[in-house]
Amino acid sequence: MAVLTPQRSAPGSGAPQRESRRLGFSQRLGRWDVKLSPYLYISPFFILFAVTGLFPLAYTAYVSVHEWSLLGGQGDFVGLQNFVDVLNQPTFWKSLVNTLSIFVLSSVPQVIIAITIAALLDQNLRSATFWRMGVLIPYVVAPVAVSMIFGRLFADQYGLINSLLGLVGLDPIAWHGDRFASHVAIASIVNYRWIGYNALIFLAAMQAVPRDLYEAAVIDGAGRVRQFFSITVPQIRATIIFVVITSTIGGLQIFDEVRMYDATGLGGPDKNWMTTVLFLYDVAWGNQHSLGRASAVAWMLFLLIILIGFVNFLVTRQISTSGTDKKPKRKRITRGNA
Amino acid sequence: MSSVAVTAQTAGEGAARAAARRRDRKAAGSATRRASWIVYALLGIVLLISIFPLYYTLLLGSSDPVEISRNAVPQWYPDLSLFTQFRTVIESTQINFWKALTNSVIIAVVVSAAVVLFSTLAGYSFAKLRFRGRGPLLVFVIATMAVPTQLGVIPMYILMSDLHWIGKLQAVIVPVLVSAFGVFWMTQYLSESLPYELIEAARVDGASMIRTFWSIALPAARPAAAMLGLFTFVQQWTNFFWPSIVLSSENPTLPLVVKSLQSNYFVDYSLVMGGVFLVTLPLLVIFAFVGKQLVAGIMQGAVKG
Repeated sequence: MAVLTPQRSAPGSGAPQRESRRLGFSQRLGRWDVKLSPYLYISPFFILFAVTGLFPLAYTAYVSVHEWSLLGGQGDFVGLQNFVDVLNQPTFWKSLVNTLSIFVLSSVPQVIIAITIAALLDQNLRSATFWRMGVLIPYVVAPVAVSMIFGRLFADQYGLINSLLGLVGLDPIAWHGDRFASHVAIASIVNYRWIGYNALIFLAAMQAVPRDLYEAAVIDGAGRVRQFFSITVPQIRATIIFVVITSTIGGLQIFDEVRMYDATGLGGPDKNWMTTVLFLYDVAWGNQHSLGRASAVAWMLFLLIILIGFVNFLVTRQISTSGTDKKPKRKRITRGNA
Repeated sequence: MSSVAVTAQTAGEGAARAAARRRDRKAAGSATRRASWIVYALLGIVLLISIFPLYYTLLLGSSDPVEISRNAVPQWYPDLSLFTQFRTVIESTQINFWKALTNSVIIAVVVSAAVVLFSTLAGYSFAKLRFRGRGPLLVFVIATMAVPTQLGVIPMYILMSDLHWIGKLQAVIVPVLVSAFGVFWMTQYLSESLPYELIEAARVDGASMIRTFWSIALPAARPAAAMLGLFTFVQQWTNFFWPSIVLSSENPTLPLVVKSLQSNYFVDYSLVMGGVFLVTLPLLVIFAFVGKQLVAGIMQGAVKG
């Protein structure tokens, strides 16, 4: 049991006189129990992760340098030919642009609206839990279902959105015909599901902002809006960065929403809303049936995500080191809880 | 946006923040004034926007398909003809509704249970036991959260097809039995909330290591484990990408039903929408009971596996 305390050298040094005595079987068993159990408990994670997480990632590299068809299986070693093939397909480049466009259209409004809703929820509300649950409802609707519903709302003809635009005297928009319009519609599918969810994350951060800051601001004569921009936003900066990073990783892998946006599910006639993950799907299981080229796509997308993640990390560190006023407060809160 | 990693800054600190907030609120006392009606009005609009798409689904589900193609709002209230659509969807031989429902339940329950068990075991070990390599291994777990492992779909598919698992549930279940985020989350929680004294007391009383885990650590981990389980459940229930690759419409999950509705009945929009609502309904019902816990979970940092 001494092993369990934080001191590392505990088992031997703790009871030297016992060492000399001959250990009984049950004691020896107990010692092995203490030594091996920690490894035993973490082993399911590491074994399964090695098989289902690490091996596939590494093996993707192997598949990507081979001719490898969906039905025929492994073929010849082809070097970087798959990468060259993919880079020569205009659809790949189009999918990258689509992905980035949908990503920007979804993440920027998502963060802004979520912060606004969080600010509303942060007021002293009656039945706060009701409102919080209310904004979370979209989270439990499967993205494929949301996409089906929004596909109808954004129908080019007789869709509700276009009818509403007609009511205020605007021309209908070709939500499935125009490239940018389709990105707006798909981004709104993503936003519908994640705004409320992110609002709750922001709300949690806002509630940790010390209330005396607001009291001081009131004494100084700052209004609600001024308080929001001068106190709330700077105080929850770390959380904003966190949400931006997570939505980056997710936003670069959008699939469900675009797959269900029309009946064919392959990005529309002009590939206007084909994202890179949908392209990967199309290459492997759709039209090209080439697992080799699909692996090349996966590998390049992987590098892109890592790259953007790394940029995010650098920016995060920059901001968190410049925000020196934050650190003492955090410590105080943690100590107070312990 | 199904599997997104979490960074160290939020998880675990959430509970501390909530506690600090409660203290602050109490200190402020009556100084905080009630929200004005504008706030309620704005939140009301947000709530309407959240619910409207679901209401619209019901509306289209009870309308005539011909009417839908001519009018954006064919009628204002859903009616009983909705149940005709439900029946058609349930009885359709192309949809396999009951099978999809059963499969979704099996996958979500098995995966949630496995993730909770394996995460709690590993989290307990990382948080409370000392062993060689503990630090580096924990860093490894945290690092893997940032790696988009689902990009390994191609080799995973090759593996599944070599095992002849294509079309079977284990092809969906086995790849997601463990979660790096789960391990990280349970480690955070247990290192803060499980006192060493309790573990030592059990050991002094002669409990074996596994017995100590079972009767001390597991009960202490219950609140965090419940949240981890809930989020894993929702995530698996709504998951589409990987199941759509390895499962077929003969042995589908509920999200796959949405896809086959679309490809089989795309002309009959009222049937499709009736089916979409039917697929959404189970999780909405569950949400009515556990929504509070989901809210608390997100606010304490149990986010995204």
